[in-house]
Amino acid sequence: MIYLELFWSFLKIGLFSFGGGYAAMPLIQEQVVSSHSWLSMAEFTDLITISQMTPGPIAINSATFVGIKIAGIPGALVSTVGCILPSCIIVMLIAKLYLKYRNMSMLQGVLNSLRPAVVAMIASAGISVLITAFWGSAELISLAGINWTLVIIFIVCVVLLRKFKMNPILVMVLAGVAKAGVSLLPL
Amino acid sequence: MRSKKEVLLKLFVSTLYLSAFTFGGGYVIVTLMKKKFVDECHWIEEDEMLDLVAIAQSSPGAIAVNGAIVVGYKLAGVIGALVAIVGTVIPPFLIISLISVFYNAFRENYIIAQLLEGMQAGVGAVIAAVVFEMGEGIVKGKNTGSIIIMIGAFIASCILGINVVYIVIVCLLIGVVRTLVNERRSK
Repeated sequence: MIYLELFWSFLKIGLFSFGGGYAAMPLIQEQVVSSHSWLSMAEFTDLITISQMTPGPIAINSATFVGIKIAGIPGALVSTVGCILPSCIIVMLIAKLYLKYRNMSMLQGVLNSLRPAVVAMIASAGISVLITAFWGSAELISLAGINWTLVIIFIVCVVLLRKFKMNPILVMVLAGVAKAGVSLLPL
Repeated sequence: MRSKKEVLLKLFVSTLYLSAFTFGGGYVIVTLMKKKFVDECHWIEEDEMLDLVAIAQSSPGAIAVNGAIVVGYKLAGVIGALVAIVGTVIPPFLIISLISVFYNAFRENYIIAQLLEGMQAGVGAVIAAVVFEMGEGIVKGKNTGSIIIMIGAFIASCILGINVVYIVIVCLLIGVVRTLVNERRSK
């Protein structure tokens, strides 16, 4: 049952992604690329790029994108519901407890231990994204096969983001335009 | 006294609007929600909103969705939460549905493919910047436990290829133990 599989996968993504933003990315990669091969690593990287360019959380965007690709609009709906369901239950439960007891030290204590792990997992998923960007879908990772244009674009982007605090969306658009521009040069 | 219908309508329209036009992820959306419901409508107290935001950020799942749930639940119970979720999910669902229809056709186009390749390097840079920033925060916190968790989680996910779900569960347990030990110590 494909709907059930989609629902279950995105339920896990919704349940185990703590910390927002990119925290869901390693889980999505695990479920969608590694476990089920619903997307190739290149498609996954495109999905993250698209998510960054459009409003909406990465997890919801992925649920819609993967759901449609695998099982049409019903698939997208099932995936999205799966992704949101854990939040619904857990957040309302905590909100209820909070509105009653007004104490959250346990929750924040647990989160403090989770945060470093989340950083590490985002780093790990980021490395996969970079490997896909630098080597394309090549099986072999060698120095000869690397796309140096993209390495340079990457380095420039990191500098723009870190040193000049430029807007991430703008940086990504520039990176895309730079690559398209270079590819059109008569070299 | 405002009617429940009015609250629900306002909730729906606000979450729909915020979700459609907020780039930059959950943290930004939650800030805008605070502006809307605390500063403009005066429907929620400032202190309470801060705690609700903390709940949204520490619960699993997308922060934008969690933020919608806490605000909706606080204002109109379970129905309020559901209305807020639907408002938040509709924009990304429609946008990504539309994009995924065009994605395959677009991907074939040479220029678009080049553009996307460049943007892959760009998104890699954005992720790298996020990791640097978050990692810096952890290292500067000078908590040996957190640094060990970060290194351990990185080895587990990147080198050993352990399923991220297990890493999250282990870190949750570590978090519970650490919090309990700390509380006992401070007593």
